[in-house]
Amino acid sequence: MHLKYESQLREPLVYGDKTYKQVTEDIVRPIEAKPTKLWYVGFYIAVALLMFGVYSVYREVTYGIGQWNLNKTVGWGWDITNFVWWVGIGHAGTLISAILLLFRQGWRTGVNRAAEAMTIFAVMCAGQFPIFHMGRVWMAFFVLPYPNSRGPLWVNFNSPLLWDVFAISTYFTVSLLFWYSGLIPDFATVRDRAFTKLRKRLYGIASFGWTGSTKHWQRHESLSLVLAGLSTPLVLSVHTIVSFDFATSVIPGWHTTIFPPYFVAGAIFSGFAMVQTLMIMVRKVFAMEDYVTIGHIEAMNKVIVLTGSIVGIAYLTELFMGWYSQNKYEGYTFWYSRAYLFSPYGWSYWGMMACNVLSPQIFWFRKMRRNIFVTFFMSIIVNIGMWFERFVIIVTSLYRDYLPSSWSVYYSPTIWEIGFYAGTFGLFFTCFFLFAKYFPVIAIAEIKYVLKTTGEGYKNQMTKIEDQKLEEFVHEHAHH
Amino acid sequence: MAKKKFVVGCFDDEAVLFPAVKKVRTAGYKIHDVYTPFAVHGLDHAMGLRETSLHTAGFIYGITGTTTAVSAISWIFTKDWPLNIGGKPHFALPAWIPIMFELTVLFAAVGMVLTFCYLCQLAPFVKKHHFHARATDDLFVMVIECTDKTNTDDLQAFLSSNGALETKVEVAEDGWWLGRYDKDEMPFEEKQIVAA
Repeated sequence: MHLKYESQLREPLVYGDKTYKQVTEDIVRPIEAKPTKLWYVGFYIAVALLMFGVYSVYREVTYGIGQWNLNKTVGWGWDITNFVWWVGIGHAGTLISAILLLFRQGWRTGVNRAAEAMTIFAVMCAGQFPIFHMGRVWMAFFVLPYPNSRGPLWVNFNSPLLWDVFAISTYFTVSLLFWYSGLIPDFATVRDRAFTKLRKRLYGIASFGWTGSTKHWQRHESLSLVLAGLSTPLVLSVHTIVSFDFATSVIPGWHTTIFPPYFVAGAIFSGFAMVQTLMIMVRKVFAMEDYVTIGHIEAMNKVIVLTGSIVGIAYLTELFMGWYSQNKYEGYTFWYSRAYLFSPYGWSYWGMMACNVLSPQIFWFRKMRRNIFVTFFMSIIVNIGMWFERFVIIVTSLYRDYLPSSWSVYYSPTIWEIGFYAGTFGLFFTCFFLFAKYFPVIAIAEIKYVLKTTGEGYKNQMTKIEDQKLEEFVHEHAHH
Repeated sequence: MAKKKFVVGCFDDEAVLFPAVKKVRTAGYKIHDVYTPFAVHGLDHAMGLRETSLHTAGFIYGITGTTTAVSAISWIFTKDWPLNIGGKPHFALPAWIPIMFELTVLFAAVGMVLTFCYLCQLAPFVKKHHFHARATDDLFVMVIECTDKTNTDDLQAFLSSNGALETKVEVAEDGWWLGRYDKDEMPFEEKQIVAA
């Protein structure tokens, strides 16, 4: 028998004196119960937003990119801002499920399922923007390298924009596989306790005939570990490559070498904020406070204050380099277009600074980290800030380029640009509401695996072991 | 495919399951499988299963991906259509590293998941016999394959004395078939085979 012991000093990850059966019941309950009124209200709002987004995209596809306020100078605006914003949010899921698995962070088990789902939906939203930005969206398949009758004219493998195609599609595929392979055993749990025919049939299909065989679990463990090992560099590579879209150009404010780590830290920052927003709602609505505990929220807030500060250092480094390089274009971009409060877009830079760098510092205080309302409020502030960051990077670098005669008039979005963005919120939340209703939002099997080491009821029994003498301990737990 | 006879013992605690597995094996019975609601670490060793080689397969898929990327891009950019991009070298290896990396990960992940599903016979519409519905909930279900010499009563008593809460004898199909979980059809012949 393997010894399951964890120090009493660590907070339990599962509150209450739970049995395995209780864990199943608690997590499967929302799937088996009728959705609440609140769920319907939220779901319909999400669908309505999605419909508005579909109409906005319809306008853009029918009448062309002129439906947006982009111009020759500001060629990337809200669309690419939103793309980077959504991709960034999509980083927390894989970070939680992969990197924290390799680092043996037990608290990941409570939030990894929902965070991975969020990742997948966020990447789906992100993908819409570059695709529809192409204008003639029916030609979108031209980005794929395949033998064709146009030469064959191949794509440019040396271009960061193509790297992005590979990075985002690989990231989406691998995240989806990782997520679904973890879901198979949990679907089997839902299937085996289903009391309606339809549920038995559908979860039977979704569970792929999973039995729980020891050999299968052994392979499953191996698969999860290797997928985690692969996803860890993958998640870092994705936002690195997104940052290359900017960093390999010659636009002042973009071609800086700190972009990859700066973007990755920012992505984790905004991703964790979105996980907080969603998990605080999920734990409340589905009464899962025992599984997503204050301890989980505090742990995520620590990540937020760390990554927020890394992002802050990156902002300051950029300002410093803007001066130290003595390059007048860099200096103009950083010290006039961005940091000067009364320049046309100065408000967005200082909005970013306030949301991303200053306000998360309250998480140095334990009381604040463990306060649900502060966390929820801050999670939204952080994501507003991270949207500003991308907007600042894109628009303030573009709107005044090298030649004053081509400086653009003030760029602001049209209703259809805003509609497209709102539509991706609709898509994201439609998917998330369906996920929350039909999928186990917490990884059942993983919670059961850590239950006897980190469950509150089991931890209390550890006192016995802590008081034991060494000889007694060895006698009881050594392999015979 | 044919049916076999099994003795099933259900346990509700890993701490009881481990010594039971050991005793059943020492007594000379053949454990068909142990079905558990989550991955019980060390159970595979206790049952004498060998380590999986899935990660080796993953490595092979990974290097296949790397090779695919580097060979495809170098053929395209140096042989098939050498494009002049700002006068830079046609064989621009450093610029290909991102795509080489992405394809390595993609091939490894997709290949491993498909191999995993193939080895464990997992796919949509696949159905298998489940010895106990609570094996995915809170029970650890040990299934022992019977030979013609097995005395099922003795074996059941033996399992109970080792902590099994519930024991039963079942004649079941041990393969998989295409079926629906809301229906109990069994498209196989009723012939029963007994291990020697």
